[in-house]
Amino acid sequence: MARSLKKGPFIDHNVEKKVEDMNKSGKKSVIKTWARRSTIPPEFVGHTFAVHNGNKFIPVYVTENMVGHKLGEFSLTRSFKGHSGNNKK
Amino acid sequence: MARIAGIDLPKNKRGEIGLTYIFGIGRSRAQTILTKAGISWDKKVNEWNDDEANAIRKIINDEIRVEGALRSEVQLNIKRLTDIGSNRGIRHRNGLPVRGQRTKTNARTRKGKRKTIAGKKKVTK
Repeated sequence: MARSLKKGPFIDHNVEKKVEDMNKSGKKSVIKTWARRSTIPPEFVGHTFAVHNGNKFIPVYVTENMVGHKLGEFSLTRSFKGHSGNNKK
Repeated sequence: MARIAGIDLPKNKRGEIGLTYIFGIGRSRAQTILTKAGISWDKKVNEWNDDEANAIRKIINDEIRVEGALRSEVQLNIKRLTDIGSNRGIRHRNGLPVRGQRTKTNARTRKGKRKTIAGKKKVTK
């Protein structure tokens, strides 16, 4: 079920604050975060986030098309390398 | 013979059903279109006169996206997902179910015909 519009999108406060500070000061650095559930608002565009996937931090560079998605969508939690004996292709 | 949105509609079906042969129109859309055009849902497709057919054509042209335009829109949406490298896009790329369904069994619609692997051990009792 979709989230109620009344509440607005969920944006993790910590990440939001860090981005705001960086936008103000004009600096750019990678933001390490565990907030996979956070929606990407337009302010995040152009920043790089290191999003935790349960094991490592995956760098995610946010582009305009990603607005409205969640950070976690870009940091995969599973690594499937194929079945054994399935060497062709 | 009514030809709407590049599709020949079946002659002997009720208008409500006949319209659903167009990609992008289902029962509910067909009903709204017919109501708007002031045509009974039960009227057969070959009973429509030219005015009625044109009224329907106009509504479809102006208000809804059907056939080729709709197909390309869907493809563009999928392409956007794959281009930004989201999980959903990757599932599309790999031909696996996109909405979190199980893949241990089933999921044959997305994965296609079973590929049997030679030399795989059979389960014995």
